[in-house]
Amino acid sequence: MERVEFISEEQVIINEDGTRTETMMLNMGPQHPATHGVLRIVLHLDGEMVVKAVPYIGYLHRGIEKLCEHITYQQCLPYTDRMDYIASICNNIGYILAVEKLLGIEDEIPERAKTTEVILFELGRIESHLVGIGTNALDLGAMSAFLYCFKERERIYDILETVCGARLTTSYPRVGGLPLDLPESFEEMVRNFLKIFPTTLTEVENLLTRNRIWIERTKGVAVISAEDAVDLGLTGPSLRASGVPYDVRKATPYLGYENYDFEVPVANEGDAYSRYLCRVEEMHQSLKIIQQAIDNLPDGPYIADLPDIVLPEKELTYTRMESLIRHFVIVYEGFKPPAGEVQHAVENPKGELSYYLISDGSGKPYRMRVRGPSFVNMQALSQMVEGSLVADVIASIGSLDIVLGEIDR
Amino acid sequence: MSVDLEPVIDSLKNEFPQDIIDIKEYRGETTLLVSKERIFKICAYLKDGLDFTFLADLTAVDYLEVKSPRYEVVYHIHRFGPECEENVRIRLKAELSEEDIEIDSVTPVWSGADWLEREVYDMFGIEFIGHPDLRRILMPEDYEPFPLRKDFDVRNREASKRSFEKALEEGAD
Repeated sequence: MERVEFISEEQVIINEDGTRTETMMLNMGPQHPATHGVLRIVLHLDGEMVVKAVPYIGYLHRGIEKLCEHITYQQCLPYTDRMDYIASICNNIGYILAVEKLLGIEDEIPERAKTTEVILFELGRIESHLVGIGTNALDLGAMSAFLYCFKERERIYDILETVCGARLTTSYPRVGGLPLDLPESFEEMVRNFLKIFPTTLTEVENLLTRNRIWIERTKGVAVISAEDAVDLGLTGPSLRASGVPYDVRKATPYLGYENYDFEVPVANEGDAYSRYLCRVEEMHQSLKIIQQAIDNLPDGPYIADLPDIVLPEKELTYTRMESLIRHFVIVYEGFKPPAGEVQHAVENPKGELSYYLISDGSGKPYRMRVRGPSFVNMQALSQMVEGSLVADVIASIGSLDIVLGEIDR
Repeated sequence: MSVDLEPVIDSLKNEFPQDIIDIKEYRGETTLLVSKERIFKICAYLKDGLDFTFLADLTAVDYLEVKSPRYEVVYHIHRFGPECEENVRIRLKAELSEEDIEIDSVTPVWSGADWLEREVYDMFGIEFIGHPDLRRILMPEDYEPFPLRKDFDVRNREASKRSFEKALEEGAD
């Protein structure tokens, strides 16, 4: 049995007087509280300096892409919220939009459903950024900011629970719109959140933005230039903090984002601190979008009138033969998109999430490919941490805001 | 064909008259089928000549018994623009036959292709020539089959069992 080597041979330097200088190999993870899941990084250290960092992923691989080849389009939905489980609602909506594009029914979706999806999507973004900032701060020792963030996250969970019955694994909208009309208390809850949340956000900002320890731990840490960021395929706040104003909501609008008035925050330093600033500003912008959406939430149908795709109302399934037959056909065989392929991208809180769906004309996807933002963003880690201190590795992982469920899929 | 992509396709056709095999348009997306021998040159031209700086996605599809050649490597390449109409995305496809399951790596063009190509190798067994570090990424290092191939038997757990038992042995040591 081969022994685990703690010294990496390639890093051994023989000095002029014949002595050896060796780097130390340190295994960080897979069980480590600051890796935000089961991530393993092999660090080659020269004292406190990181010479080389090699991430190992796949500990959470469940083969979602393979699983989805064997089930109908509707059945894939619950798998999508188990990827980025911090903002599962955003994954769900992204998937639904991709299927709707594959079916070619984007124009049939009622406005009420679209506006609700915008509200939920932005709530998901706030939720994810709260976790991102909170855990990043917690890793660096700022416990109180974390508690403020998680307190507000509960409020978003309450809204999600009212709408779809689940807090974490939402599996919410359906192809064609919403499965049920919104509960009566939804509007009030969202308005209430809009009233309370800015205060907490200010509190979090007060705790961190001018906090000297926070600034010293994050400013100039994990720097990545704009060219490198684009070259590596970074997206989301990690890209925009390097000065590239790419946001899918602006670049290729979906769900009617072109009708909302909001800004895309951009910073130029490309370090962990500017990523934090971008996230905070994005939450402000999300609040702005939610405000506009809830003020203009239209009445009317909540699901498209497409009998081949949308399940009949539950009551009709119980009382009418035709509806029951329709229900069975859709559940058993699934709806059948015409043969073809589409890619649909959405701006997930962590970056660009795109689904590439191929239909062969049957009720099951021939291939479902998920391009997760965390998977691609994670590549930048080695470049960010090599040449920095061990302690900065923690700050870098936190500032990239990765979620392993989506990296490993 | 969407208006934004016309100059791009014309320019590609001028530069590589023999290698653009097919152009398809579906649901507002443009797909170019290109010859696999020239994929590196086409990608490099798209990046340096036409400013497609962002590789949005790289994946593969297995068309076992559906069509021949069996595999397709799919590239989604994006160009940023200040206005939303100037953001364009193009899909390139290169076909690979079962016997010759190799293609040039595009890592020198976009370093972000590194992990994406590793994932395609891991899932389909497609070899990328010139990739700096082509090894499995999601599955265990000693895992043998390629899971996203269509002839992968999902009920056969032998390969996972072997990997697991080996890991247990190593852990006990």
